[in-house]
Amino acid sequence: MAPRIGVVTFPGSLDDRDAARAVEVAGATAVPLWHKDRSLSGVDAVVLPGGFSYGDYLRCGAIAKFAPLMQPLVAAAHEGLPVLGICNGFQILCESGLLPGALTRNDSLHFVCRDQRLRIESTSTAWTSEFAEGAEIVVPLKNG
Amino acid sequence: MARVVVDVMLKPEILDPQGQAVQGALGRLGFVGVTSVRQGKQFVIHVDGPADAELASRAEEMAATLLANLVIEDFTVRVEA
Repeated sequence: MAPRIGVVTFPGSLDDRDAARAVEVAGATAVPLWHKDRSLSGVDAVVLPGGFSYGDYLRCGAIAKFAPLMQPLVAAAHEGLPVLGICNGFQILCESGLLPGALTRNDSLHFVCRDQRLRIESTSTAWTSEFAEGAEIVVPLKNG
Repeated sequence: MARVVVDVMLKPEILDPQGQAVQGALGRLGFVGVTSVRQGKQFVIHVDGPADAELASRAEEMAATLLANLVIEDFTVRVEA
């Protein structure tokens, strides 16, 4: 059976449909999750998509951290549930303490948008297991 | 009705590009002698009840929980009647 991957929609999420489509293209079943849900509906992994959750007010991701769904999500992540945060989803991961650190403005204050070459250093993660170690991939990078 | 004022600033060791941009603009406008600008946020919160120690402690909790990201920011809390 295809793995079921949850895609969370917060108020202001923009890329939830794109993330759900990517999940389907990758051969999994996308399960829409709503920020007010209190259960993860038994999904095998979760994607926090990009956008401007809660209007990016206060700090990007700072208010999304307290959405009802985040409580079971953070607990499940600590138990090993794979969670992928893209763009604003990554900011939510930092704000909720699932990733260390915090994001600030680019020191140039300019928006950066370019292709970024990345080298696969480890294939032992849920996200890189089908790559070859040492392979180089190109990922679009955009941040402000 | 009590008033709580929370000031949130980036920690001194965190780069503040917005403050630097403001400093540059002040220089271009002819304001000489500006040696540093740091940009922060101020929250003004009105709360039912007295401006007492309990409110101060709740305000600290609000700031630490939500208003500031303690990884990169410091805050100060003032409680006023």
